Amino acid sequence: MAEEMIRVEGLSKSYTLQHRKAERYTALRDVITEGARGLFRSKGDAVSSEEFFALRDVSFSVKAGDRLGIIGRNGAGKSTLLKVLSRITEPTKGRITLNGRVASLLEVGTGFHPELSGRENIYLNGAILGMGRAEINAKFDEIVAFAEVERFLDTPVKRYSSGMYVRLAFAVAAHLEPEILVVDEVLAVGDSAFQKKCLGKMEDVAGQGRTILFVSHNMETVLRLCDRALLLDGGRVAQDGPTEAVIRSYLNTGSGANSERTWKDHPRPPGGHGVQLRSVRVHDAQGRGKATFEVSERVGITMEYEVLTQGDVFTHSFNFHNEEGLNIFNTHDTVSPLRKSPRTKGIWSTTMWIQEHLLAEGIVTVGAAIIKVEPFTIYFQERDAVSFTVIDPMRGDSARGDYTLGFPGAVRPLCAWETRPLP
Amino acid sequence: MGIASRTFHGMAQQRTVIEPGTADLHYWRDLWTYRGLFWFLAWRDILVRYKQTVIGIAWSVLRPLLTLGAMALIGWLFDSHIPEGVPRLILVAAATIPWTFFSSAMSEASGSLIANSNLLTKVYFPRLIVPASTIIVCLIDFLVSFVILLVLMGAYRFAPSSHILFLPLFLLLALITALGMGVFIAALNVKYRDFRYVVPFMVQFGLYISPVAFSSSDVFNHPGLPSAVKWIYAMNPMVGVIDGFRWCLLGGASPIHLPGFLLSVAISLLLLVIGLRYFRKMERSFADVI
Repeated sequence: MAEEMIRVEGLSKSYTLQHRKAERYTALRDVITEGARGLFRSKGDAVSSEEFFALRDVSFSVKAGDRLGIIGRNGAGKSTLLKVLSRITEPTKGRITLNGRVASLLEVGTGFHPELSGRENIYLNGAILGMGRAEINAKFDEIVAFAEVERFLDTPVKRYSSGMYVRLAFAVAAHLEPEILVVDEVLAVGDSAFQKKCLGKMEDVAGQGRTILFVSHNMETVLRLCDRALLLDGGRVAQDGPTEAVIRSYLNTGSGANSERTWKDHPRPPGGHGVQLRSVRVHDAQGRGKATFEVSERVGITMEYEVLTQGDVFTHSFNFHNEEGLNIFNTHDTVSPLRKSPRTKGIWSTTMWIQEHLLAEGIVTVGAAIIKVEPFTIYFQERDAVSFTVIDPMRGDSARGDYTLGFPGAVRPLCAWETRPLP
Repeated sequence: MGIASRTFHGMAQQRTVIEPGTADLHYWRDLWTYRGLFWFLAWRDILVRYKQTVIGIAWSVLRPLLTLGAMALIGWLFDSHIPEGVPRLILVAAATIPWTFFSSAMSEASGSLIANSNLLTKVYFPRLIVPASTIIVCLIDFLVSFVILLVLMGAYRFAPSSHILFLPLFLLLALITALGMGVFIAALNVKYRDFRYVVPFMVQFGLYISPVAFSSSDVFNHPGLPSAVKWIYAMNPMVGVIDGFRWCLLGGASPIHLPGFLLSVAISLLLLVIGLRYFRKMERSFADVI
């Protein structure tokens, strides 16, 4: 039975929101003018304040060697939880017991000073993250080699490229040896080759039996790195369990993706006098609405629209973007016979199918449009109509094969391969 | 577990309990644990200050020299009292040096939390380390200007009295005063961001009411001044510091007015206590507010 490293009991954190002021800090001049105004004001219209709970009664425990992923929408309380765990801010209620040294990595390069050289910043950043001088000395060469900045050690970091800067910063952090490592989304920086290296390093850390708490929006990374996940929603623990199950329910509840939208009762639906959009939905081969698809599934997208002008001729179009904003592909109807014939007034439905094994893992955003090719006219173009998530359950039947690490590329086609010995 | 034996700032594997109010419980122990960070932050500030070597050193030489020149000129114009056998420049220099140290340490400490806000929101450590470490750079500047004073004394062939052995005590008093006011204002600065505009005024005003251009005996021995004014004058903690410095450097030529001196010292200590208490009270919410 592994030792319990973190125990969180009934943890709450609240902030008092004052509705009068937009700034976080107060200006002395405001206090003085408020005070003066207060003299002439009845008690009734005093500054209204409200308690906002960033965390509500959160409880969980983590054992030695666990790798816990913390997921949830923006504002669900993930960052607050990490801040309380790293003692940056105090909880309002509850209790946390930590068995061992905690290092938190809420930002890459905390305390880096632009005027100082790479060498000096390694020492400074190390000290800020909790390393002693002897410990930094011992790891110095390793850090430099990992960051690949040997030649620029004595150059002020303000002259570093952003890539070098991030590499150096991560390298220092990666060589911390705490029993508990708390990491917030730091992998969102650097080029993909370096991200892979960072991830590899974190897997090493986890492999050594250390405990990792990892907050990320990138489900693929969480899935790969963590064996357990905690889903936060509105400051509460919504689910706690095996990573795959938690991610699946997070994505399916629509917290992550919005797979269906209607404009039926919308005062101003996309479109104009000719055609108006009524709805767009993502569904499986059987027509069941769905937000998460395996790589090996067919994805159907159906749009409903109303033709308001008798006899118009037009075609339908969808475009697809991934999380990085890359336009994966566009498609418009070049096959259905109706595309060239005049339509009658009324409500129509058009379905497009994306074949199996085309999309890569991640969130796909769908844009819907109706256009006329000759002369070119856009009736409407709804950029972020719906979105869905593609996951790879890693059964070995996808383009990944048995490879489970980072797998870049905007698409995941199953390609044909031929190998033969030459005579 | 192999890593458990590894030490962290000199501590073995620890068990930490985080509850509302726990930061208070282990505050002074934590401060000791994080002393390494204190030196690293001080080292950073020193490096950054002297990085552009010419400007860095020139600044720490030029600033006290200019203040010295201006104050000596004012003292000369108003013909303030000079003790027997003491050159005016040395009399003024003995005050300029602690004053410059105090004013720069106090202003640096006041702005330090805001300047390091990225650290406060990303890592935990006792926040007191930040304002305290900024004072170390000012101490280095103090040493540089002290060398200038020694050179000046050499030029005038003026031998300091044996009281000079007590100088570190008065330097400590200056440090306590600067730290007390510095941490108080630093904490105020986090909550009331426009407080920083008050600091330059305090420094400027302080120079007028402190015995830099004149000496305390001008005030205490003045026949026309009501004694209430003399007591108010003595409440300025820098009066005690500067009188102490002059007593150390000029010896019997500049005797200490004991009741006034004790009042100054008491105010210095009171400022430190108030500053620290306020800082500790506000510290918990720094990361949420800054």
